[in-house]
Amino acid sequence: MPHNILVVGELEDGAPSSTTLELLGGAQGIAGGGTVSVTLLGTGASGAAAQAAGAAKAYVNDSAEYDTFRGEQWLPAVQAAVEQSGADLVLMAQSTAGRELGPRLAHRVNSAVAMDCVNVVDNGGTIEATRPAYGGNAQATYTFAASPAIATVRAKSFDAAEGAGASETAELPGPGESRVNVTGKEVTESEGLSITEAPIVIGGGRGLGAPEGFEDMKNLAAAIGKDKAAVGASRAAVDLGWFPPSEQIGLTGKVVTPDLYFAIAISGASQHMAGCSGSKMIVAVNRDKDANIFAFSKYGIVGDWKQVVPALIEEFKKG
Amino acid sequence: MHIVVCAKQIPDPETPPAAFKIDAATNKVVPAQGIAPVLSQFDGIAAEAALRIKEASGDAKVTVISMGGESAQAAIKQVLAMGADEGVLLNDPAFEDGDSHTTAKVLAAAIKDLGDVDAVFCGRQAADWDMGQVGLLIAENLEWPVTIIAKGVGLEGSTLKVERVLGDGFEKTEVALPAVVTVSNEFGEPRYPKLPQIMAAAKKTVTKKTAADLGLDPSEVGKAGARLQLQKLFIPEKGAQVEFIEGETPQEQAANLIAKLKADKAI
Repeated sequence: MPHNILVVGELEDGAPSSTTLELLGGAQGIAGGGTVSVTLLGTGASGAAAQAAGAAKAYVNDSAEYDTFRGEQWLPAVQAAVEQSGADLVLMAQSTAGRELGPRLAHRVNSAVAMDCVNVVDNGGTIEATRPAYGGNAQATYTFAASPAIATVRAKSFDAAEGAGASETAELPGPGESRVNVTGKEVTESEGLSITEAPIVIGGGRGLGAPEGFEDMKNLAAAIGKDKAAVGASRAAVDLGWFPPSEQIGLTGKVVTPDLYFAIAISGASQHMAGCSGSKMIVAVNRDKDANIFAFSKYGIVGDWKQVVPALIEEFKKG
Repeated sequence: MHIVVCAKQIPDPETPPAAFKIDAATNKVVPAQGIAPVLSQFDGIAAEAALRIKEASGDAKVTVISMGGESAQAAIKQVLAMGADEGVLLNDPAFEDGDSHTTAKVLAAAIKDLGDVDAVFCGRQAADWDMGQVGLLIAENLEWPVTIIAKGVGLEGSTLKVERVLGDGFEKTEVALPAVVTVSNEFGEPRYPKLPQIMAAAKKTVTKKTAADLGLDPSEVGKAGARLQLQKLFIPEKGAQVEFIEGETPQEQAANLIAKLKADKAI
């Protein structure tokens, strides 16, 4: 059955973000002959429309006020696009914007949203959304008793769309007032590669015992190669103040999907696994051979990370 | 100043994966034997944020509201023991098996029913379904502004100053009361009540409310009013069996691991 799908896009340096292109790729797969359109808000939106691969139509507004996400300003514009496009499915990222827009848009269009989905499909004409629940211990599949169906989607759940961008654009209303004032922003600069982009990620957990343990994680990353490996942390380690929240891997942090994930002194709580179980391969170092992390790992070393990690660093340095 | 904290009782997220079971016939989690349900951690942190404002302002009142069965009294009592003043249990078979939208509708009706509420504090998400919707939907129902995933909350006059967590850092926001805030784990640990406080909490008032008390029709709440319909709850398959790397010394283990990774072309 054809579905008209609206992707709520986000801009990064004036171009559709990588997640936006993934959502468009997903939409192409579900549309079944229906129309895929995209909203783009902020500086460069009109120009970015042509780069929104997979979208036939783009709903845009170039106002720089949209560059900083404020829910109350974005909502009327996105709602206008939902109404104009006649979408029966709305997809957005599980991002700062999507986390807020999903539920509020659902309320305003008298429908419902499934948050943080890892898959959205057309099953015999019915939209089905699947998402992890219970910290990743379970997965839940939902249908929608109202239209449009709305889903926020986890990064890397779909392959990015390729090809031509939107050939047609329509203007969305400019931003109104927001009752929430944004008075400042502090960007956490991460050293080197970001954990969401790096092909190899090293995750450190509470089992490191002290914040100094992360120096060893950084040394391991450096031995593997600064252009290849990045360091993240479990929520337990972040909550102890050992590593910045922006580098937290897990359900309430970042979702990483590297080719290789080293879990060092991480027990493998479901909260954490929700953020790394999409890795192509997991290798774990833990003192406890019954640790949950080993249930997800291809290779495991049972031992003290304080002895194993220096040995790994030495081996990697040999090349 | 009257702050409402929304609290949910959930199965303990620290339940070992081996004890986590689903009843396929009802699509529900089977309560693990001998593991008591707990207050959702993020709600405990929201309570901590509210109580710090109460202590700083001197004359604030904190009411904890929970929707759930009789057992949810335990979650309410925990927040009362932390220092909240009163509790409200929203308890009605009609409330069961709803979605975020029906849950928020009931909570918003209860907040309106209290009459004089200035702020609502929720956890960023319940640690069972992990949706992260209810705080936002309470705000939509009440037509109040909302700011989510807070790591710091302060009150200056009638303005909440909220520092919130973004994907790449932090953002400072200001919002005039009345408003809704959802609080994240970056805020810090909630206080741990001591025995005298637990004893005192037992004497605090917990009022029960049903759909009828709140002027809600049973058709608009719970399963009857839900728009998001759970079709299937299941345990995903895990990867292959782990291969433990042998070796007499850590050096040998490291060398053996790297040989395997090279053979797999993983590095």
